[in-house]
Amino acid sequence: MTIVGWLQIAIVLFAVLAAAAPLGGYIARVMAGERTLLSPVLAPVERAFYAAMGVDPRREQGWRGYTLAMLAFSAAGFFSLYALQRLQAVLPLNPQGFDGVAPDLAFNTSLSFVTNTNWQNYSGETTMGNLVQMLGLTTHNFVSAATGLAVAFAVVRAFARSEAATLGNFWADLTRGTLYLLLPMAVVTALVMVALGVPQTLAGSVDAATLEGAKQALAIGPVASQEAIKELGTNGGGFFNANSAHPFEDPSVWTLMLQIWALLVIPVATVFAFGRAIGRPAEGRALLAAMGVVLLLGTAVVYGAECFGDPIVHALGVGAAGGNMEGKEVRFGQALSALFTAATTGTSTGAVATMHDSLTPLGGLVPLFNMLLGCITPGGVGSGLYGILVLAVVAVFVAGLMVGRTPEYLGKRIEAREMKLAMLAVLIYPPLVLGFTAASLLLKTGLDSLNNAGPHGLSEVLYAYASTTANNGSAFAGLNGNTPWFNTSLGIAMMLGRFAYLVPVLALAGSLAAKKKAPASAGTFPTDGPLFVGLLLGVIAILYLLQYFPALALGPVVEHFSMIAGQTY
Amino acid sequence: MPSHLRPAVASVVLFSALTGLAYPFAITGIAQALMPRQANGSLIARGDGFVGSTLVGQSFTADRDFHGRPSATQAVDPADGTRTVDAPYNAANSGGSNLGPTSQKLVDRVKAAVAALGGGPDHPVPADAVTTSASGLDPDITPADAAAQAARVAAARGLPLDRVVALVRDGTQGPGLGIFGEARVNVLGLNLALDAAGGATTPPQKPGR
Repeated sequence: MTIVGWLQIAIVLFAVLAAAAPLGGYIARVMAGERTLLSPVLAPVERAFYAAMGVDPRREQGWRGYTLAMLAFSAAGFFSLYALQRLQAVLPLNPQGFDGVAPDLAFNTSLSFVTNTNWQNYSGETTMGNLVQMLGLTTHNFVSAATGLAVAFAVVRAFARSEAATLGNFWADLTRGTLYLLLPMAVVTALVMVALGVPQTLAGSVDAATLEGAKQALAIGPVASQEAIKELGTNGGGFFNANSAHPFEDPSVWTLMLQIWALLVIPVATVFAFGRAIGRPAEGRALLAAMGVVLLLGTAVVYGAECFGDPIVHALGVGAAGGNMEGKEVRFGQALSALFTAATTGTSTGAVATMHDSLTPLGGLVPLFNMLLGCITPGGVGSGLYGILVLAVVAVFVAGLMVGRTPEYLGKRIEAREMKLAMLAVLIYPPLVLGFTAASLLLKTGLDSLNNAGPHGLSEVLYAYASTTANNGSAFAGLNGNTPWFNTSLGIAMMLGRFAYLVPVLALAGSLAAKKKAPASAGTFPTDGPLFVGLLLGVIAILYLLQYFPALALGPVVEHFSMIAGQTY
Repeated sequence: MPSHLRPAVASVVLFSALTGLAYPFAITGIAQALMPRQANGSLIARGDGFVGSTLVGQSFTADRDFHGRPSATQAVDPADGTRTVDAPYNAANSGGSNLGPTSQKLVDRVKAAVAALGGGPDHPVPADAVTTSASGLDPDITPADAAAQAARVAAARGLPLDRVVALVRDGTQGPGLGIFGEARVNVLGLNLALDAAGGATTPPQKPGR
C-alpha cells in the first residue's frame, strides 16, 4: 500500500460524494414528479408513454397493486428477453451469425438481467449478437435498475407519509427513473467513454494481421452504450467475457475511475434523496456513514491483501513488489483495482476489473462478504436503500429491546407485523445461498464444474450463490456455470433473491405507510448520529457473521492459512 | 393482475425501442461521426489492413520482439469442437486463468514461466512477466519487465543496448497526471517503434520464451 494509492482512492470517492449530493436532490424531485431542467424535452415523451400504457400517473397504488405491477412488468421482460435469445439466429443484427441460445442458458440469462443481477454463464463475444446485446440486455440494464429505484421510492414514501393507503404509481416511477435519470446520464457517460477509447460500432469483429504475421480477430461492437448503463444501473454484465478488465470495455485508468464513479454515484445519491424526501437529511447521512465504513474497510483489506500477494508464487522467484498480479491488468494498479472490487460488490454491480477468482483468500473474502450482506454498501440502484432500511428497522428493534421501549424509526412504530416482514426479507438469503451451495457440493455435476480444488473450490460455489442471490452478478469465474444444474439453480436463486425479497419489503412499506407518523419525543432513540451508525454496523456484523461464519471459515479462511503454510491443491 | 397486462407489455415494447434501439443507435451515430478512431477500436493501419489495436495486446514470441504478459485465453479446438485449446491473445474470447492462489496448476505454470526467463528464487523476475492478465489481452507490461527483456531484444536485432533502452524509456507512459494508475509500456507500440528504428525487418520466425 502506498500514499499515492490511497490518494487515488480518496479522489474517486470524493468525486462520487461531490456529485451525489446534488444528484440526490434531482432524484428526489424526479421521483416526486416535479419539473426539472430536462422536463421541456422529456415531459412530452413521458406523457406519450403513459398514454400508450394506458395509465394515469396520478392514480396511486396500494402495496399490493404496486407489487403486482412490478411483478407483471418483470414477467413481461423475462419472456421477451427469453424469446429474443432463443430466436437470435433468425433475427437481424447478428453479424457473427450466432445460433439461438440454449434453453437453460436463455432461462438463466433472462432472469439474470430482469433481476439486475447480470450473472453471465456465457461469454458475450461468442454467444450474443448485437441485437440481443442492445435490444435485450441494454434495455434490461435500464429498466431493472429503474425497477429497483421505483421500489426504493415506494419504501421512502412509506416513511415520509402518515396514515397513507398508497405508495405511488409503479408505472410512473419506472418511467420517470428511466427517462429523467438513467437515460440522460447514460448518454453523457457513453460519449465520454467513446472519447476515452471504448468502441461503439455495429460491426461484430475486425481482423488484424499482427506484427508477427498471425491473424487476430478483434471482437467489437456497440460497447460504450452498454458499458455506460452497465455501471450507472449497477448491472455489471459485460459486453465481453472479461468484463471491465477487457481493454475495449476499460481501456485506461481514466475509464476505470469513470466506471467506479458511475457505479457508485446513483446508489449514494439515492440515500441523499431519501434524507431529502423525508425532510431529515441527517438520517440519510447516517445510513451513508454505515455504508461508507463497510466500503472503506473492504477496500483496505483487498488493497492490503493484494499488495501482500501470494507467498507461494513469490517463493518460486517472482518479484513481490507488484503484489498479486495473476488476473490483474497492468494499467489499473492495485489501489484502484481494490476499490473497484469493493465497490462493484458493495453495490449490486458485479462488473469486474480483476478476476476475482484469482484474488488472494482475504482479497476474495471481501467481495464474498459484501454480497452475503445483500449488496447494501452502498447497494444497487434503489436496492441498496431499501436493503439498508430493512436492516435499520431491525437495528432499532434491537435497540428497543435493550431499553424496553416500543421501537420506532422515523416516527413509525415498529411492531410485530413489521418485524416479521423485515425478518422474512432478511431470511430469504441464507437458505438460498447455503442450501444451493451444499446441494452443488453433493452433486457430481456440481463438482465437475469447479476450476480450483481444495477450499478455493468451495469458495467458487459459495461465491456463485452469494452473487446470484444478492443480485450482484460478479463471479469466481473459473466455475463453469453453463450446465443445466447451475443455469437452473442459479436462475432460481436470482429470482427468489430479488422477488421473494421485494414482496415482504413492499408489504412492510404498506404497513409502515398506514401508520401515523409520531413526533419525536424525549424517549425517541436518535437514528441520525454515530450511536445509531455503530448499532447498525453491529447488527449487520452479528446477523451476517453468525449466518455465514462456518461457510466462510471453510472457504477463504482455511485457504488463507493454507497459503501462508505453503499448501497447494 | 389483468389490469397490469397492458402497461406491462406496452412498457416493455416502449422501453425496448427507446433504450434498446434508439439509445445505442444514437450513440453509435454520434460516436462514428465525431470520434471514428475510438469508436472503431483505435486500430493501427498498415498496408491496406490493420496491424492491431493500440488497446489490445497481441502475441509476441520472437526474441527480437518485446513479449507481452502470458495470456490465458482459449479457442475452440479446430480438431474437436467440444474442447478448447490454449490460444494466447485471442481477442475473440477474452478471459483470465481464474486460478486461485493455492492452485497447484498455477504453481506449475508460474514455475515453468520463471525458469524460461532464467529466473529463480535467487533471481526474481517481475510479477507481470509470469502471471496471466485478467482479460488475457493486456496490452502493457511494467517498465521492469521491459528492462529485463531489453538485452535479448537488442542482441536479436543487432541494435546497441543503449538504443533499445532509450526506446523503452520513450515508450514508457507514467501514471496519469503523475498519480493515477501505474507506469507501463505498450508492447505493440514499442515493437512498432523498434521496427521503425531500423535494423533487420525480416519477418521473424523463431519461437522463443
